[in-house]
Amino acid sequence: MESTTVAQTGTEGKAWGGGTPPLKASYGKLMMWFFILSDALTFTGFLSGYGLSRFKFIEEWPIADEVFNHFPFLHGVDAPMYYVALMTFILIFSSVTMVLAVDAGHHMNKKKVTTYMALTILGGLIFLGSQAWEWKNFISGTYGAIETKSGQILQFVNSDGHQIAIADFAKASERSEAVHEGSNGIWYASGNDQPSYTLDEIKAGFTDNTDLSIRTMQINENGEKTILDRAEAEKYLSERAVRVVEGANLTRNEYGPPLFADFFFFITGFHGFHVSIGIMLLIVTFFNVLVGTYEKRGSYEMVEKVGLYWHFVDLVWVFVFTFFYLV
Amino acid sequence: MSAETTTTENKKKSSGAIKRIWQVFVILSVLTIVEVVLGIIKPDFLVNTDIVNMHLLNWIFIILTIFKAYYITWAFMHMEHETSGLRRSVVWTGVFLISYIIAILLIEGYYIYDVFVNGFITWDF
Repeated sequence: MESTTVAQTGTEGKAWGGGTPPLKASYGKLMMWFFILSDALTFTGFLSGYGLSRFKFIEEWPIADEVFNHFPFLHGVDAPMYYVALMTFILIFSSVTMVLAVDAGHHMNKKKVTTYMALTILGGLIFLGSQAWEWKNFISGTYGAIETKSGQILQFVNSDGHQIAIADFAKASERSEAVHEGSNGIWYASGNDQPSYTLDEIKAGFTDNTDLSIRTMQINENGEKTILDRAEAEKYLSERAVRVVEGANLTRNEYGPPLFADFFFFITGFHGFHVSIGIMLLIVTFFNVLVGTYEKRGSYEMVEKVGLYWHFVDLVWVFVFTFFYLV
Repeated sequence: MSAETTTTENKKKSSGAIKRIWQVFVILSVLTIVEVVLGIIKPDFLVNTDIVNMHLLNWIFIILTIFKAYYITWAFMHMEHETSGLRRSVVWTGVFLISYIIAILLIEGYYIYDVFVNGFITWDF
């Protein structure tokens, strides 16, 4: 009877005879680990793509300290990297509360799991808000720049060599902008947004302020952007300038090569997307903890699995922080 | 009796685990602070010393980051408590594939730079 239902392999009781979990982890946890592994490879693709582009433009890449130098409530104060460092701490700390929640879960301590998970969600939301603020600053830009016909970015500096905004010296002139109304033609036609100052206004302001000069994208041997002497700067401005660039989008930005902004948007955006997914997972798990699902199940393993994902998001940020802001 | 011993043992184990969590938090914070301070000061001798095509400072950043990654994975993600089979299948797969793609892309990036700079009269006109 028995032999007709199950074939005997003769390996029963041996390590490969089946029924032994060699990795001593549940299916869910294993799959979370392998998902994390594959996701790590996706981020590797992004970051090493960033590395490739940076090596291509090794002499022209923007210097991160000069781009990311904002801090909330400190206007006009040069605060390189303080804000990203703060964001890093927020995320590391939310990782700590997460691992504390997992630990409390091991002891079936519902109250502690609830508290720590709430703190983790809070940390995640603060991080996400910070990232939005960072994007806002990046997109709107601080100084403004000029693009040449070969696509190079020229920034303006004062006599100390510090970058200054085009608004600080441009000579505003009377300017009228015609408003296109639906009654005058095709209602859905639209034009380009006008920059705050036109090229001519900037040129006029530059001629008037003789202490100003221009900084090119080229990095010199001291690791700083090359500042042209006044005569050369005037020549650059009159012969090469074609467009005013303020802030950043996917096509051009005031900081340097377009790829710089592209990678900023894609890498921090993809990471931010992961954080939002993480927050959603945390919220779902949080309510399950509240209604006692895991209490009834007798195990808080779901908290552990979501925790793995959350730590992974933190792990990725550690690398993004290094390669985008430090190196 | 035996139930009581398990609870005390559990408590001991828990306090040890919690101690480890805070210890790792301190390590991660210190490493981050060192990175930020170095990034702001940018000591001249670290920037001017090059090892394998990169500033010593950048090597320091990368090594500190790998340390941070190690602590997050081992302590926070409990990799240190998993079986060696699970640990190896996740970590080594990642390490090999990631070093491979980085090596390929960076070498290629350097090649493109070479063509970019030496293959044309100028890009800045």
